[in-house]
Amino acid sequence: MTTAILQQPGKTADKTPAARKPNRSFVHGLITNKKALTGMAVMLVFIALALLAPLLFPGDPSRITAMASLEPSAEHWLGTTAKGQDVLALTIHGSRSSLFVGLTVGFASTFIGILVGLASAYFGKFIDEALSLVTNVFLLLPGLPLLVILAAFLPPGLGTVILVLVVTGWAGSARVLRSQALSIRSKDFVAAAVVSGERAGRIMFREILPNMASIVMGTLLACVIYGIGAQAGLEFLGLGDASTVSWGNNLFWAGNEGALLTGSWWVFVPSGVCIALVAFALALINYAVDEVTNPRLRKIKTPKDTERSAAK
Amino acid sequence: MRFILRRLGFYLIAFWASITLNFLLPRFMPGDPVSRMFARSQDRMQPEQIEALRKLLGVDDRPLWEQYIGYLTNIFTGQMGVSISRFPTPVTEVISSQIGWTLLLGGTALVIAAVVGNLLGVLAAWRRGGAVDSALPPLLVFIGSFPYFWLAMGALYLFGVVLNWFPIRHAFTAGLEPGFTWEFIGDVGAHLVLPALTIVLVSIGGWMLGMRNTMIATNSEDYITMAEAKGLRPGRIMLRYAARNAMLPSVTSFGMGLGFVVGGALLTEVVFAYPGVGYQLLNAVQGLDYPLMQGLFLTITAAVLLANFLVDILYVRLDPRVRSN
Repeated sequence: MTTAILQQPGKTADKTPAARKPNRSFVHGLITNKKALTGMAVMLVFIALALLAPLLFPGDPSRITAMASLEPSAEHWLGTTAKGQDVLALTIHGSRSSLFVGLTVGFASTFIGILVGLASAYFGKFIDEALSLVTNVFLLLPGLPLLVILAAFLPPGLGTVILVLVVTGWAGSARVLRSQALSIRSKDFVAAAVVSGERAGRIMFREILPNMASIVMGTLLACVIYGIGAQAGLEFLGLGDASTVSWGNNLFWAGNEGALLTGSWWVFVPSGVCIALVAFALALINYAVDEVTNPRLRKIKTPKDTERSAAK
Repeated sequence: MRFILRRLGFYLIAFWASITLNFLLPRFMPGDPVSRMFARSQDRMQPEQIEALRKLLGVDDRPLWEQYIGYLTNIFTGQMGVSISRFPTPVTEVISSQIGWTLLLGGTALVIAAVVGNLLGVLAAWRRGGAVDSALPPLLVFIGSFPYFWLAMGALYLFGVVLNWFPIRHAFTAGLEPGFTWEFIGDVGAHLVLPALTIVLVSIGGWMLGMRNTMIATNSEDYITMAEAKGLRPGRIMLRYAARNAMLPSVTSFGMGLGFVVGGALLTEVVFAYPGVGYQLLNAVQGLDYPLMQGLFLTITAAVLLANFLVDILYVRLDPRVRSN
């Protein structure tokens, strides 16, 4: 990995294909990929809005500032709710909780997934059997009902939401990471590291883990998407932390106050579109990672395809 | 055969795990939710019913292992107690009156999404870079990014409230006599359109992309080149040679999708007040109806495990490699 960083920027990978380092071409592929760039731009906008929310809309966003159910106007860009809260302030402040929970859940689930996956692949035998069993059981248990049951029994709060989402979300990443770690585990350089007497922890985290960076990233993105969507779902059902302002809670209140039945679409649309935009942006980055690392999915015409289209 | 037995053992372990989870949750959760529930509904119940519920939910003085044995016995003899929000209906009765609606809604949506999604995936992979391949995947991924319940609410507003094309609540019009009459079936169908449509919309993208990516791998296999060299018709190669072999991962996803049918339709059911198990589960949670909650969760889990087991058996029929191992 260090050699990739030390390489001179002038020596582009294209000029010396033989010396191309996998990690370098990965980063290069990502920043030249249109999907990845679009996704990253959208994410940056949302992260900036989340960080700047207290400056843009100082004070408590859920306080009542105007008449109820106003249509979008110059004063309230996205109108007001049935209570008279400013929808734009709620939406922008909502990004803080939603992104925070999404990222926390994403990182925590991926971290557990890495630990379980690496331990499974490295130790094998009994440990692998046991860990795989637990993973598969969690994968099979129906996620949404489990979420609802857990949220119902645990005391309400943001911590509960995060805990419940991690409990239901880690298994998917563990399975993906295990299978990747298994294929790397069987490579010669790992065998060499074992023979040379390196410690288990070092082999797992310094030899195997860096070689699955792209799949870890894909898993992380998928987990963040899951976290944001599942939090919104829980909150929409009224099982989240009702005291925070988040996109899911905004939608819960929109439904509760009958925003749609009275035709106040502007209360209901923004938070949903924000969730969708963030999820779509992350999905775009994820597909870009896939395309960069899996040559078969790249949009380059393979000789076979050209032959086929020529034959027609 | 060994494969089937292994899978069966796995499903039994999974079922045992969910029973144990159900057993432990009310006993170890802080805040003593069970006492709260009793405080709310004490005056409506007979003393012996309270006693039975206390045992079911762990508010008794017996040692833990004894409670556990008793709990397992109750579950396997089908005694899940009585529902509190629909007192005094037994939990099993409440569930059996609703699981049919969930299966109808989820099953319809799953079959439509899987068939259409897979066909689109086959087409997209076959004509890479063509209209289907370049326009549909981004669009479907974008639609799939919206929260289910949000799309459902949007559809409800647009087609139910504004345009008034479809009914917006429940599974059939109140007052209509359920039965195998054309009127009733038509009414159920009309109530099914919106909820099923939203599930299909969000899930079809996954089917299509999965199929497309497997098909692309299959298309570069030698036997496809061979089939082309033999001069077979392209349509025959696409469906009988490539798609047929690319189907296997989709079969596995179908098993997973069945899990979504029983559990994941929850949000859609809530939005449309569709009387399935998911809607009932949320009602049970809101009404602190712990016996019904537990019964529903176990039923949903059992259904998911059973569906996956059936898919495993099907898989053995389809893939000879599993048999020889």
